[in-house]
Amino acid sequence: MAKGIWIIVEQTKLEIRKVSLELLSQARTIADKTGEPLVAVILGKGIADLAKTVAEYGADKVILVDDDKLADYTTGAYTSALNKIIRKEEPQAVLLGNTAIGKDLAPRLAHRLGVGMASDCTGMEYDEANFLTFKRPIYGGKAFAEVTANARPILATIRPNTFPVVAKASQPEVVNETAEIDAADLRAIVKEIALVASARPELIEANVIISGGRGMKGPENYVILEACADVIGAAVGASRAAVDAGWIEQKFQVGQTGKTVSPTLYIACGISGAIQHLAGMGSSKVIVAINKDPEANIFTLADYGIVGDLFEIVPLLTEEFKKLG
Amino acid sequence: MNIVVSLKQTFDTEAKIVLTGGKIDATGVNVVINPYDEFAIEEALKLKEKFGGEVTVVSVGGDKVEASIRTALAMGCDQGVLVNDPTLENVDEWAVAEILAKAVAQIPYDLILAGRIAVDDGSSQVAVRLADSLNLPSVSSILKLDIEGDKATVVREIDGGTETLELSIPAVLTAQKGLNEPRYPSMMGIMKAKKKELKVLTLADLGISAADVASKMSAPKFSLPTPRTAGKKMSGEPAEQAAELAKLLREEAKVI
Amino acid sequence: MKFELNDDHIMMRKMVRDFAEEEVKPGAEERDEEEKFPMDLWKKCGELGLAGVTFPEEYNGVGADYISYAITIEELSRVDASLGVTISAHSSLCANPIYKFGTEAQKQKYLAPLATGEKMGAFGLTESLAGSDASGTRTTAVKVGDEYIINGSKIFITNGYYADTYVITAQMDKSKGNKGIAAFILEKGTPGFTFGKKEKKMGIRSSATYELVFEDVHIPAENLLGEEGQGFKIAMTTLDFGRIGIASQALGIAQGAYEEALKYSKERSQFGMTLSQMPVIQFKLADMAIQIEAARLLVYQACYMADQHLPVSKYSAMAKAFAGDTANFVTSEAVQILGGYGYTRDYPVERMMRDAKITQIYEGTNEIQRVVVAANILKD
Repeated sequence: MAKGIWIIVEQTKLEIRKVSLELLSQARTIADKTGEPLVAVILGKGIADLAKTVAEYGADKVILVDDDKLADYTTGAYTSALNKIIRKEEPQAVLLGNTAIGKDLAPRLAHRLGVGMASDCTGMEYDEANFLTFKRPIYGGKAFAEVTANARPILATIRPNTFPVVAKASQPEVVNETAEIDAADLRAIVKEIALVASARPELIEANVIISGGRGMKGPENYVILEACADVIGAAVGASRAAVDAGWIEQKFQVGQTGKTVSPTLYIACGISGAIQHLAGMGSSKVIVAINKDPEANIFTLADYGIVGDLFEIVPLLTEEFKKLG
Repeated sequence: MNIVVSLKQTFDTEAKIVLTGGKIDATGVNVVINPYDEFAIEEALKLKEKFGGEVTVVSVGGDKVEASIRTALAMGCDQGVLVNDPTLENVDEWAVAEILAKAVAQIPYDLILAGRIAVDDGSSQVAVRLADSLNLPSVSSILKLDIEGDKATVVREIDGGTETLELSIPAVLTAQKGLNEPRYPSMMGIMKAKKKELKVLTLADLGISAADVASKMSAPKFSLPTPRTAGKKMSGEPAEQAAELAKLLREEAKVI
Repeated sequence: MKFELNDDHIMMRKMVRDFAEEEVKPGAEERDEEEKFPMDLWKKCGELGLAGVTFPEEYNGVGADYISYAITIEELSRVDASLGVTISAHSSLCANPIYKFGTEAQKQKYLAPLATGEKMGAFGLTESLAGSDASGTRTTAVKVGDEYIINGSKIFITNGYYADTYVITAQMDKSKGNKGIAAFILEKGTPGFTFGKKEKKMGIRSSATYELVFEDVHIPAENLLGEEGQGFKIAMTTLDFGRIGIASQALGIAQGAYEEALKYSKERSQFGMTLSQMPVIQFKLADMAIQIEAARLLVYQACYMADQHLPVSKYSAMAKAFAGDTANFVTSEAVQILGGYGYTRDYPVERMMRDAKITQIYEGTNEIQRVVVAANILKD
C-alpha cells in the first residue's frame, strides 16, 4: 500500500509560500511515476481555504491540521502535531522547503521520528532502490553530496527555486486531523512577530536578485540598486564587505555567512567575487557582473559582464529594463 | 549559570575543496571553529560574565579538534569535552546529536548554545536534534538573548523579519550572525588555556556502542561542481553596453 | 633541533593575524595617508595582551616568550608596520629596560600599567648630535637634593606625545663620556617636559614620531633607572633586545608585500598568461620567499637566545640587519611585480616599500648592526 509523498506546506499569514508549490509540482512527477499519492499537509489556524490553493498544484490529498496552538509557528507544537500524524499514516517521504521554518522544524521532526534527513537539497531524483536520492551542496557549494535514507520516512528540506512551479488541477480528498500536542512541546511562546513590509520578494525565494558589494561605496547608494530591483521585481542583496562596513543590514547578506540563494538571475554590482560570496550565489542560473576592475574574480564565472562604473551602468540598465516592459 | 556550547571544527571558508578517492581531502586545509559557533561561544561568555558559572565546550571529532577547543578555552570557556572515537568516521547528524546528548548529560547546564549552521556540511541539524534528544525546547537562529531567572526572551530571524519568543530554560538556542561580535582569544587567555581541562572521551566512556549510532542516512557520495566559465563581456559606450546586456538577458538567457 | 612552533605560538599567530586582518588592515591606507595615530587600535592591542607579551604575570604581563613577541610584531607589521613599531617601541624600548633594570617599586608603578597597555611607553635616546654615536648626548641631568633636573631635547622619538611613560638618557658627567650617562623614567605631564616637532616621515606615517623637550624638568631621585653612569649600558642592552622587535617588524613588512605580490601574480594576465606562469616572475617570487624564510629563521634564533638567557647581541643585530635588508629587497620587488599599479596608492605595496626603509635605519642603522656583529665575532 502506497503511503504517499508528503509536502509540509508552509504558509505565512494564510499565504502559501512559493517553495511549497515548487515541491508539490516536483513531487507530482514522482507521484505519477510511483503511484504514491501526493499529500499536502497544512498546519495553522483558519487554513481551510488553503486546500483550494494546493488543489491547483496536483495534490491527491490534503491534510489540514487546524488548531489555535498552531496559529504561529513554534518548533515544539509543529513537531508534536506532525510526529503523531506521520507515525499514524507512515508516509514514504516528507518534504519541506529550506526556509527559516523548514530548517528548524525538519531536524527536530526527524529526530523525534528517529530518522535521518537531507538538508537544503538542490536535487531530488526518484529511483526504485532508494525511492529518493538527494543532491545537496556542501562547503558553500564548493562540493556536492548525494545521499539516500536508510530509514523511513525519508525527510528532506529543498532549497527554494530548485524546481519550477507547474500548475496542475486536481480534486484532492480533504482530511482534517486533530493536533495532538504534548504539553512539553509548548515551552516556547511567540510574543511578537515583526515582519518588515517590503514590496520586494524575500531574498531566498526571489527569481532575480541585484546585489551590491564594496563597490557601492556607502549606504546611500543602495537606492540605485533598489530602483533597478523595483523595475524587474528583484530582491536586493549585498556582499559581506558591504554588510561589515555597516552599509546594509545583515539579513541582506548573500554568502557563506549569509543567505544562500538560487535565483534565475543574479546581478552582482561592485562585488569582487570572494569565495565566501560565491558560496552563497554560485547556484544561480544566470550571473551578471558589473565591476570597474576587469581583473575581478566575479568575471571568471559571470555569464555576462560589464567592465565599468556601476554608478553609471546600473541606472542605464534600469532604463533599458523599463523599455523592455 | 552553567552553559554548554556545542562546537564543530570546520574548514576555513577560504579552503579549496579537493576530492581524493571519493572523499573530501583535508590535507593542508586550515581548520577553524565553525564561524557560527563563535557567536555561541561569545554569548556564553557574556552570560558567564553577567551571571557567573562555567562554560563547557563540547565537540565530537578527531584529534585536530582539540586545537579548536583550546581556542575556545583561550577565549574564556572553562573546560572542554571531546568525544573522539575511531568509529566516528562516517556518522550522520542523528548519531552526532545522540552522542552529544550523552556527553552533555554528564555536565550540569542551564543553557545550551550552538551555531545555527556549520559552514562545512551546512545541514543545520545537530543542535535542534540535540534539543529533541534532551527533551528541551529550542529556538533556531537567534539575534538577541535576554535571561531573567529561568526565562529566556529571544529574538530570532524568520523569513521577512524577526520573531520574539519566550521560553523556559534549560533550552537549546542556535546563534545567527548579528547576535554579537565574537572576541579574539587574548594572549593571556592563550597562556591560561593549556592549564584548563580538556577531557577526551570514547563512545565506550559514554556507554554507547557503535551499533547505537549506526547511520540513518547513506554515506554521502561526493562530487565537485562543473566550474562556471567566463561568459560574454559587453563592449562599446556604457549606454550601448547596458542596452546590449538587457537585450541578451531578454532574448538569449530569457531571464527578464 | 625543532623547526616548528608550539601550539601556543600557532594560536597566537592566528589570533594576531585575525585581529590584524579584521581590525588593523582596513584603515591602514587611510591612517598612512592622514598620518593618523590609531589610539583605538592601541587600546585593543592592550586588551589582547599585545602590549606586555614577554613580561611576567606578576607585573600584569602575559608571561610568554620572545617567539610570541616576534610573532605579534610580525603579524601586525604584515598589514601595518606603523602599529608594529608602536608596540615594539613600547615593549622593547620602554617596558623592557624598566623590567630589566628597574627596582621592584618601579616595576610595580610603571611596568604593570605598561604591560596591560593602560599606559603607553617611549624611549628617548637619540639627539640631534647623538645618533649612532650616543657619546654625543647633550641632554643633561643634575642631581639637586632628592631630585634630578633635566635639560635638553631628544629627537625622532617613537610614540612621543602619545606615550605616558618615557625612559630617557641624559649626561651627568661629560668627562666620563658614555660612562657619565644615566637613564631616567619620566612621566608625561611633568612640568617643563613638552613636545616639539612632529616628524613628517617617508613611511610608518601613522606611528607618532616627536621631539621631546626638557626645560628644568624635575624628576624624583627614585626615578633613576639603574645607577648613575649605567645609562649607556641600559640603552645598549635595551637596543640589543629592541632589535628583535624591529627585525620582526621588517619580517612582517616583507611577508605582507610578498603575499600581495604572490596574489597579484596569480590574478594578473599579460601576453596570455598569468604573471605567475612567467619564469622571470617565478624567480623573483622564489628569491623573495628565500630571503623571507632566512630572515625568519634568524629572527626566531635571536628570540631563542633571549628566551634561553644566552647572549643576544650578535643574533639580534644579525636578524635586524638581515630582516631590514630583506624588507627593502622584497617590497621593492613586490612593487616591481605589480608594475604601474604597485607604484600607486591603490595597492598596499607602495606603502610597504616606504615603510621598509626605516627598518634599515632606526634602533641602530644596518651599518651599526654590522659593527655590532663584527665586534662580537672578533672578540673571541
